[in-house]
Amino acid sequence: MQKTYYDPADLKKFGKISEWNEELGAKFFEYYGKVFEEGALSAREKSLIALAVAHTIQCPYCIDAYTGDGLQRGITKEEMMEALHVAAAIRGGASLVHGVQMMNKVNKLDM
Amino acid sequence: MIKSLHKRESELANSKRQLEILSNGIFQSGDLPKFAEKISETGQFPLKAKKLEILQVNVGYMCNQVCSHCHVDAGPDRKEIMTRETMQQILKVIEKTGAHTLDLTGGAPEMNPNFRWFVEEASKVGVKDFIVRSNLTIIRANKKHHDLPEFFKQHNIHVVSSMPHWTKGKTDKQRGDGVFDKSIQALQQLNAVGYGMPGSSLKLDLVYNPSGAFLPGDQASMEKDFKKALLEDFGIQFHNLFAITNLPISRFLDYLIASENYEDYMYALVEAYNPAAVANVMCTNTLSVSWDGYLYDCDFNQMLQLPVNSKAKHISDYQTELLEGRTIAISQHCYGCTAGAGSSCQGSVT
Ligand code: SF4
Ligand code: SF4
Repeated sequence: MQKTYYDPADLKKFGKISEWNEELGAKFFEYYGKVFEEGALSAREKSLIALAVAHTIQCPYCIDAYTGDGLQRGITKEEMMEALHVAAAIRGGASLVHGVQMMNKVNKLDM
Repeated sequence: MIKSLHKRESELANSKRQLEILSNGIFQSGDLPKFAEKISETGQFPLKAKKLEILQVNVGYMCNQVCSHCHVDAGPDRKEIMTRETMQQILKVIEKTGAHTLDLTGGAPEMNPNFRWFVEEASKVGVKDFIVRSNLTIIRANKKHHDLPEFFKQHNIHVVSSMPHWTKGKTDKQRGDGVFDKSIQALQQLNAVGYGMPGSSLKLDLVYNPSGAFLPGDQASMEKDFKKALLEDFGIQFHNLFAITNLPISRFLDYLIASENYEDYMYALVEAYNPAAVANVMCTNTLSVSWDGYLYDCDFNQMLQLPVNSKAKHISDYQTELLEGRTIAISQHCYGCTAGAGSSCQGSVT
């Protein structure tokens, strides 16, 4: 049995997902490709968003893919790290903002 | 400043050792197909040279920089320099080949003591496109080179210069401390005499090589980003950006091996293999002349000491009939020319 859940080589096999459901697989990859095209946002901006989201969902495949993609696009490590801090701030903030709920509850119940 | 592989007496200073590395390991075990096998899949083997259009002349391996990715292994410690006699032989050939482009490279071509003489003589021959690959910092390196922009202008030279990034950090990491600031000053000087300005016939193009073990991104979008950043930050303008893939030879190969990126990089090149790029690889219309007058299919083969498959091995033996239609000498480094949109000294090929 495989000793780890993740194998970097599996990233290259992503396309094989379609083999077990051609229609949905094809639709997904078409959608995916379209999403990353230049649009109102540049492909570069989208790559940075993808990198930040990849860290938020902690997907090692996506981190690998979008770090490489960023380097290819000339995105600097400073830009990458700032994008990650945006993700971290939202993620941390999302925990902390629930503190208001905790405070409301405490204020209501506590004498 | 780092030293060249030659100065360090690295085993990779030996081109035979490089060729061995490129043929052994993953290519010997069959994990990856050899370049010849790959191009055979689409019936493109053997690669044949067509009509000569570009004569690329390497006037010497001496350079004021020692870039970490340099495929020439150039540097101040390299003493191989073309003589005036070889230049004279080349001038004779240019006249009879009908090649439309003359492309001077190095090292830093301007460091050859006969550089200006050669440019003056060659520009009389009347090639359509006369390129000098200038590393930019040479213009700032020494007082005697400060007037190069005017000299280039006088001879209507097409200047092609390297710039791995529009930020100082990434540029200096690849090309050495202080290179970015000097390159910016040199580009401003070139702009000041009219180079690179919109609509100007004084052509100024930039070459982008990735500063690491990854492939270049899309040439058009990189060009857009470069133009925006250089204009906003420094008021600099240029015409085209050529995105060039680093080939796994010489100092870049040394870096790949030392950083344990070699295999992954070769996998990436093979995976990005684009059969449509094969028809336009630059060796099909280019001939490369080394500092000592020998002929190669391209500057990369020159560095690997893979001579042309022809009886005419030296510029003094040049005969169109002996060189046109020759079989190109290939090895696994050629995957660098066929990855993605393809790569040549003029950037993408598809
Ligand atoms: S890449 Fe160009 S500038 Fe850099 S060391 Fe090599 S020849 Fe010189
Ligand atoms: S490395 Fe040289 S010989 Fe090989 S494909 Fe590229 S241009 Fe041709």
